[in-house]
Amino acid sequence: MIGLFKVKEKQKEEAKNNNARGASAKKQSAGELRLHKDITELNLPKSCSISFPNGKNDLMNFEVTIKPDDGYYLGGKFVFTFQVSPVYPHEAPKVKCKTKVYHPNIDLEGNVCLNILREDWKPVLNINTVIYGLFHLFTEPNHEDPLNHDAAAVLRDNPKQFEANVKRAMYGGFVGQTSFPRCI
Amino acid sequence: MADLEAPQSKTRDLDKLLLRAGNLVGPDFYPGAELRDDIRDYVRILVVGAGGLGCELLKDLALSGFRNLDVIDMDRIEVTNLNRQFLFRQILLLEDVGKPKAEVAAKRVMERVSGVEIVPHFSRIEDKELDFYNDFNIIALGLDSIEARRYINGVACGFLVEYDEDDTPRRETIKPMVDGGTEGFKGHARVIVPGVTPCFECTIWLFPPQVKFPLCTLAETPRNAAHCIEYAHLIKWHEVHGGKSFDPDEPEHMKWVYDEAIKRAELFGIPGVTYSLTQGVVKNIIPAIASTNAIISAACALETLKIVSGCSKTLANYLTYNGGEGLHTKVTEFVRDQDCLVCGPGILIELDTSITLQKFIDMLEEHPKLLLSKASVKHGKDSLYMQAPPVLEEMHRPNLSKPLYDLMGRVQKDTVHVFGTGLKNEEKHSSLTKLRVVFKGADGVTDMDTAIGA
Repeated sequence: MIGLFKVKEKQKEEAKNNNARGASAKKQSAGELRLHKDITELNLPKSCSISFPNGKNDLMNFEVTIKPDDGYYLGGKFVFTFQVSPVYPHEAPKVKCKTKVYHPNIDLEGNVCLNILREDWKPVLNINTVIYGLFHLFTEPNHEDPLNHDAAAVLRDNPKQFEANVKRAMYGGFVGQTSFPRCI
Repeated sequence: MADLEAPQSKTRDLDKLLLRAGNLVGPDFYPGAELRDDIRDYVRILVVGAGGLGCELLKDLALSGFRNLDVIDMDRIEVTNLNRQFLFRQILLLEDVGKPKAEVAAKRVMERVSGVEIVPHFSRIEDKELDFYNDFNIIALGLDSIEARRYINGVACGFLVEYDEDDTPRRETIKPMVDGGTEGFKGHARVIVPGVTPCFECTIWLFPPQVKFPLCTLAETPRNAAHCIEYAHLIKWHEVHGGKSFDPDEPEHMKWVYDEAIKRAELFGIPGVTYSLTQGVVKNIIPAIASTNAIISAACALETLKIVSGCSKTLANYLTYNGGEGLHTKVTEFVRDQDCLVCGPGILIELDTSITLQKFIDMLEEHPKLLLSKASVKHGKDSLYMQAPPVLEEMHRPNLSKPLYDLMGRVQKDTVHVFGTGLKNEEKHSSLTKLRVVFKGADGVTDMDTAIGA
């Protein structure tokens, strides 16, 4: 290889003023490419929509709005923020719920308990599967892996009360000591 | 016959490798003093990272006859580094803690090895221009994250801008990398020759997913000390501190997490929460061992010498080491991913400077190697066109009528990625392909040494 290096040195000296190299100075990441592909291939149900608050040049941060068309949360509107890391798809996107919601699997800080966001994430999954997973949380909340202990207990022991609590929260009322903003 | 009483030459060991022919030498090996002197005078090596591997690498390379070294590291020296990053001291008159690693490392090696020139760079690797990296002959990596490795790999493979008719990269554009990594008793050393051996991206699937606990386990049913710590770190912190982001390097933050973790552990009767475990879990630290670092960087330095001089066949191409129980090393020859988005040659497309983005997208549908319909186009960090979702398609639509040459910054040639629905063997499938776009007639220079792809 060293012969090559010496030749390169000479070439560099000669070509100092000759700017024939057209390679761009733009740095790209393979993670971003994969994210772009995932976004162009999104196949969202009518109840889900996506928006890009930072415009087309920052696709790593976006928002997804979910309007469940079934179940306890019918009629509500819930906004999630997505933050995609540079090592995507090796790491799952970070998802938080911006809307304060009364839900057994979403706590009051907006943390979402969804297996594919943490322990079950695989690089073969994509943004579409995450959005479907979130949608599923509203159509089938489950009390077995709770982040909101009280909500989970009510769902388990008294589904009618749970239904009433969810409605009251969505309309902007109090559940226990906590108040919820209106989202319906 | 050498006089046994004469003082032994400093290059005595190196001479054994470089001054005489042998049976295990590489294909381009020309033994002699000129080779040894050329290594000293011409070769420039960049060492990325001045930590556990970086310190060892600088020492090894300097003592192997390399004289022009650069080292880049964005960190400052901490007390916990001192058990293995031997160039740093905190004793008597030497107070290195707090100083930039790159600067102190460079200084110490220059003090001990006469003649070597080491230029330190106290900065992030992303902050350097691409030309900076192109000035080196070999890049030796002593990094500690996937992200950083992916970045440097992207930079080095990005230099492969010219290919011949067989889609083989031109030799002058190839920038070899030697990558080392360690974790406790385990380590790896690999040689990456972009376009020839698999690059970092080709083999990224080798990494197992990181351990992440389910949030509900942390919130409701913790079973071990790590669960308690992560609860405090991920859940309790935000409950109490609202918008303030957690800084693992801030001792007060770490102490707060530790105290909360202890409370949680007591609540559930879980033993084992200690301050050092807290640091380990939160910062994802695995205790580092000096010998592993020494072994791996020795392998890396040796490979660097081999690549440069040809004095022996290079490692092909991935060495793993495990010293946990006994000692085991193995070399595996991985192969390149032909469709790799980062190091693959891509498909050559020659265009006129007047072609609009819309026309380019239409062309892709007809191109025999692609047959790509509904293509979206990305150039480096810029997204030129996206077919979906509707909100983004609208934002990109104005680009369709502009010349591709202008959208790409008026460079004569560059890489572009396209994705859409491809047709292969009459079956539709989603595809993501790398293209080498060359503009004819740009700047009055025509690129004649590559065949037209169409």
